[in-house]
Amino acid sequence: MSLLRYESQVRAPLVDGTKDYHQVTEDICRPVEAKPSRLWWTGFLISLGLLLFGIVSVTTEVIYGTGQWNLNRTIGWGWDITNFVWWVGIGHAGTLISAILLLFRQGWRTGVNRAAEAMTIFAVMCAGQFPVWHMGRVWNAFFVFPYPNSRGPLWVNFNSPLLWDVFAISTYFTVSLLFWYSGLIPDLATLRDRAKLKWRKAFYGAASFGWTGSTKHWQRHESLSLVLAGLSTPLVLSVHTIVSFDFATSVVPGWHTTIFPPYFVAGAIFSGFAMVQTLLVITRKVLALEDYITIEHIDVMNKVIVLTGSIVGIAYLTELFMAWYSAVDYEWFAFKENRLNLNSPYGWSYWLMMGCNVLSPQIFWFRKMRRNLFVTFFMSILVNIGMWFERFVIIVTSVYRDYLPSAWSTYYTPTIWEVGFYMGTFGLFFTCYFLFSKFFPVIAIAEIKHILKKNGENYKAKMTKEEEDTVTQFGEHHLHEH
Amino acid sequence: MAKKKFIVGSFTDEAVLFPAVKKVRRAGYKLHDVFTPFPIHGLDKEMGLRDTSLHTAGFIYGITGTSTAVGFITWALTIDWAINFGGKPYFALPAWIPVTFELTVLFAAVGMVLTFCWLCQLAPFVKKDHFNPRSTDDTFVMALECTNATNEAEAQQFLQSIGATDVKVEVKETGWWLGSYANDKMRFEKN
Repeated sequence: MSLLRYESQVRAPLVDGTKDYHQVTEDICRPVEAKPSRLWWTGFLISLGLLLFGIVSVTTEVIYGTGQWNLNRTIGWGWDITNFVWWVGIGHAGTLISAILLLFRQGWRTGVNRAAEAMTIFAVMCAGQFPVWHMGRVWNAFFVFPYPNSRGPLWVNFNSPLLWDVFAISTYFTVSLLFWYSGLIPDLATLRDRAKLKWRKAFYGAASFGWTGSTKHWQRHESLSLVLAGLSTPLVLSVHTIVSFDFATSVVPGWHTTIFPPYFVAGAIFSGFAMVQTLLVITRKVLALEDYITIEHIDVMNKVIVLTGSIVGIAYLTELFMAWYSAVDYEWFAFKENRLNLNSPYGWSYWLMMGCNVLSPQIFWFRKMRRNLFVTFFMSILVNIGMWFERFVIIVTSVYRDYLPSAWSTYYTPTIWEVGFYMGTFGLFFTCYFLFSKFFPVIAIAEIKHILKKNGENYKAKMTKEEEDTVTQFGEHHLHEH
Repeated sequence: MAKKKFIVGSFTDEAVLFPAVKKVRRAGYKLHDVFTPFPIHGLDKEMGLRDTSLHTAGFIYGITGTSTAVGFITWALTIDWAINFGGKPYFALPAWIPVTFELTVLFAAVGMVLTFCWLCQLAPFVKKDHFNPRSTDDTFVMALECTNATNEAEAQQFLQSIGATDVKVEVKETGWWLGSYANDKMRFEKN
């Protein structure tokens, strides 16, 4: 009840309909307590099938080695690292919504933060698969950690961006998980106290850690959330910065660019918000949560998409300009011949990326488009395709022709196992998301209650008749009163 | 375990709860706790609770992470087994910034969450009693602890007079204990 915050009545309510605290609990707990629908089962089983395809693909790769993939000299990273960067990027929106928007005191984050944070965790889980299985001899994966070993001990190279990645991704996963779960505890306690079935009481009793809602505990909880948000904010920026260092610290034309860190972070938020839209447009409909994830929320997130999409667009152009302005032949060749040239082997992917990431989001300058669910859903898919191709362009078009024309590689297309691995991570992601949406509240119940009396439709100060008038109407009504 | 007696009252509106807390304290009752379904800013001040020092603990954990990273990497790459990476200095501090930063965040976050759980005595399978299960739904539950000087009937009447509903006396075991919510009877029915 922060009375000092002014809430303009011009802003649309964040919770629609006539709600009180109990109604909020009922609405958000309903999907968790109801039997899973046929739709849920269908989606879940499809995801599980994809996951199995992924497991088979990865098993094949482990048994026969990375030779099962179509990687070659000079394309050593191909689809695998493309997918890694893509998934890590997806995760960034969750942290942005939960941490950065918390620091900026954005009330609308409360409707979407829980699902977005869950998305972050699942996306980082998917991302982590790629570098791990790419190691080939995956049973030695623990070599990446600096543990006392019998080889000297020979320590890992702390000067290497690939090692920075190990620390960045594992820290990011751990901190996101802690942040997400500490926020979930009070809501799980709500489910526990409503539970009727024995297994529900046992499950939510164990999972809610004995939360009581004591004022002292809330005070500590608030302090914890604020500091975790403060820590996650530079953390999320550091993660994609470090991922971009994998490329930027090398001397490969097309990779060796100082603009990479901010450009990667903007791209990550861009693609992450697109994925949030994909998930939430469906979730709000299927779980009947339209009152909490309103058109207003969709609208605001589309604004973020057009902003970050345009930042990414400027980054593309800057990169292009610098490649030319640097007067380095190799750099300019990578851009002019490998990317811009539509007749070059991968020219199509560059223009696909440009179309999806830079041109198409501009449709969101129009309010009508931002508030159209079909357009939003379609665009969210388009943006994610575009952002996948961004990583593909960066990786493949930079390395398939290196300094020596005699080393130029043959045209690279993935094998079924590479595609299977990628599909498998979709399976993992959606299996986790389906389980999450069934067993956990997809909206932060306590946080919605916190903003309810300020932003709820039935509590919000209404606009007066005069404020709703257009200028002409106002003139007609009032100007001749003298 | 020792037993304690509490007088428990429920509130449905935080606008009534705030002045009630003030009146309870002014009347000299021992306020055990107020259980709320969501954080209510300013209630801790109203109840006279001191600020939490959890963030200070977080800072200390963070500093520990920083010094662990810098200390360990320096030792590993300059003393224990110095390796020449492309002719760069052994003590390559700028290249260690990313790992140092990540460990700072990791230590601070993990340390703070563990401290939070320790201070609030939260852990998987811990079972606690919070008087009214609706305090995680829509009710603000105030519990007064009975001391030798407390007149129960008077205190109940007092709680009612400041806006509490459903006032009753409850005897509870102190402390926290392990147990399972699954063995409880249905604790409240949907209205």
